[in-house]
Amino acid sequence: MTGDPLYLDGVDLVDVGIMAVKVLVAFTFLLVATMFMVWFERKLISDMQNRIGPNVAGPWGLLQTFADGVKFFFKEDLRPENADPLVFRLAPYISAVTAFLSFAVVPIGGSFGGGSSGTVTIFGRETYLQVADPPIGILFLLAMSSIAVYGVMLAGWASGSKYPLIGSVRASAQAISYEAALGMATVVVVVLAGTLSTHGIVAAQSGGFTRWFLVSSGIIPFIVFLIAATAELNRPPFDLVEAEQELVGGFHTEYSSIRFALFFLAEFMNVITMSAIMVTLFFGGPAGPIFFGMTWFWPTVWFLLKVLAFLFVFVWFRATLPRLRYDQLMHLGWKLLIPLILFWLMFISLKELRATYDWNWVVTYGAAVVALAIGASLLVAALRAGDRAYQEELEEV
Amino acid sequence: MEITTGWYLVLGALLFIIGGTGLLIRRNPLVMLMCVELMLNGVNLSFVAFSRTLDDIGGQTVVFFVLVVAAAEVVVGLGLVVAILRRQPGATADDLSLLKG
Amino acid sequence: MVDTLVFVVAALICLIGALGVVLARNPVHSALMLVMTLFGIAVQFVAQEAHFLAAVQVIVYAGAIVVLFLFVIMLLGVDRAQNLEMSFLPIQKWAALLFAAGSLAIVVALIVVVGEPVTGAEAMSGALGGTDDVRLLARSLFSDYVYAFELTSLLLVIAVIGAVVLVRKPKVTDPVTAEDGGR
Repeated sequence: MTGDPLYLDGVDLVDVGIMAVKVLVAFTFLLVATMFMVWFERKLISDMQNRIGPNVAGPWGLLQTFADGVKFFFKEDLRPENADPLVFRLAPYISAVTAFLSFAVVPIGGSFGGGSSGTVTIFGRETYLQVADPPIGILFLLAMSSIAVYGVMLAGWASGSKYPLIGSVRASAQAISYEAALGMATVVVVVLAGTLSTHGIVAAQSGGFTRWFLVSSGIIPFIVFLIAATAELNRPPFDLVEAEQELVGGFHTEYSSIRFALFFLAEFMNVITMSAIMVTLFFGGPAGPIFFGMTWFWPTVWFLLKVLAFLFVFVWFRATLPRLRYDQLMHLGWKLLIPLILFWLMFISLKELRATYDWNWVVTYGAAVVALAIGASLLVAALRAGDRAYQEELEEV
Repeated sequence: MEITTGWYLVLGALLFIIGGTGLLIRRNPLVMLMCVELMLNGVNLSFVAFSRTLDDIGGQTVVFFVLVVAAAEVVVGLGLVVAILRRQPGATADDLSLLKG
Repeated sequence: MVDTLVFVVAALICLIGALGVVLARNPVHSALMLVMTLFGIAVQFVAQEAHFLAAVQVIVYAGAIVVLFLFVIMLLGVDRAQNLEMSFLPIQKWAALLFAAGSLAIVVALIVVVGEPVTGAEAMSGALGGTDDVRLLARSLFSDYVYAFELTSLLLVIAVIGAVVLVRKPKVTDPVTAEDGGR
């Protein structure tokens, strides 16, 4: 494990400068991308619903988000009387800051494979095209997403109003439930890559389409990750948090002006970050064919295109799928996704172990099948028993 | 000034003391549980500091176990708190003396 | 120099947070202060090259345990302020004072009398070479401490079952609990 080569030979002023530029570029990129993401979503949804969508501000309505942002700035900043003053002000910043920070560990470019290790040379210094490459890499993302829960939770509580409170309790229950599935899907990738560092994970996928973890992990972790990520993001069809028909607006009902804008920003920024993470974990990050020898240019383009594809998928979900009921949400998370990914994690680990220690094929996979049969029947029996008890309770009432 | 292991130990000890004192003076069962977490964290810090000084991963392994046990403790502790507060809303630790002879 | 700065800032965060947990009147504020302390400790872990533990500290403690606290506080609606003055049993105040003063005295005495080095003990198991603490930790967990590891998994299962049993809704037909809405 090496970390960013930028810091290998001590840190001087040029290194600090490069670092500052990287931070600035990532920050600006995220802000601008968020702005266009909002426009992209509104335009795409209106196309899917046979409407025109934003078309007044700027060409094709491109400046719509900018106009909305300016409007938010000049609105009055209301604070409900029952609100907890400090926490009410703190919550939007928690959401926004964690949204910004998560993007720091995503590698957005650099050529991997073919002898190169994903470095680019700026001012004669070799460095990775990501803001930070901590040794715990992907765990940092999980940590940030668990902190992001606080933003939502505290916003709902501090508003001192019932709809936000219900919305925030729903949101945090949902986030915690799906974090387990999300984390285990990530662990499958980590087991295959043998490292936690995001740079290492991308490097392990270099060398062609079949080495992407989408393929080599079996497609199941990706599907679980996609569903769990949608739930983490509180995007439709898992947007019970802000189900307008039931909860007015969810946890940010009482927020207005710039504080509401921060929540809004964080939400869309998280969509972009989550797409980038999926690209990193399952789609080889910036991997792709390189033309004309421009090794610094194409990886970033491929990365952006892949992220755009996922942004489209998220919007597509929103336009297509009806919202789940709360019990359906919990059933899907706890009774389907978590057992499935748990089994798959064990299976992939077993596969890796077999390859390492050269165990007998028949014995290894025979044991796996037996374990699966026992586990599955126990699980099904438990679920049946639970359902029956629930039905009896209903009848008694 | 160089930061030696002693400083980490002092910080750990201070956290432990604050947590212990809080456990004694607060009556809200939830806050009391939080104070227990403070004490555990003070001890964790010492373990990691020793792990670094002695070049021994055992210290970090123990912290790992402490984390798991803390999680279990909180789950059961909060379960008890919920069960108690359901029967007796607004109960504090002092009200829970029904088993006293 | 940087190490010292990091230590001092993180230590201040820890201590302010810890004092906040004890002194805040509102349980939600206490929980937030606890999160602050946990972050400070995570920074201290990173400073001592326990990267993995720092991440686990944030994910497990801040992401799960304190969220659970907040959950209970919100669901039970016990988030009103508690008057600190009223919260003493007769001897309790003096016991707390004695505990705080006594243990502080011990710490100060240890600093003054013992000083550095803290201990001369030798390493018992694998050394901490390099930065790859994940591998070392895993090897230690799954070899030397494998029984303890399996036992903790059992402990977790027991804790989950215990919690579910504890918070199960009492049967609505039960006349005693039906009065308070069977909440």
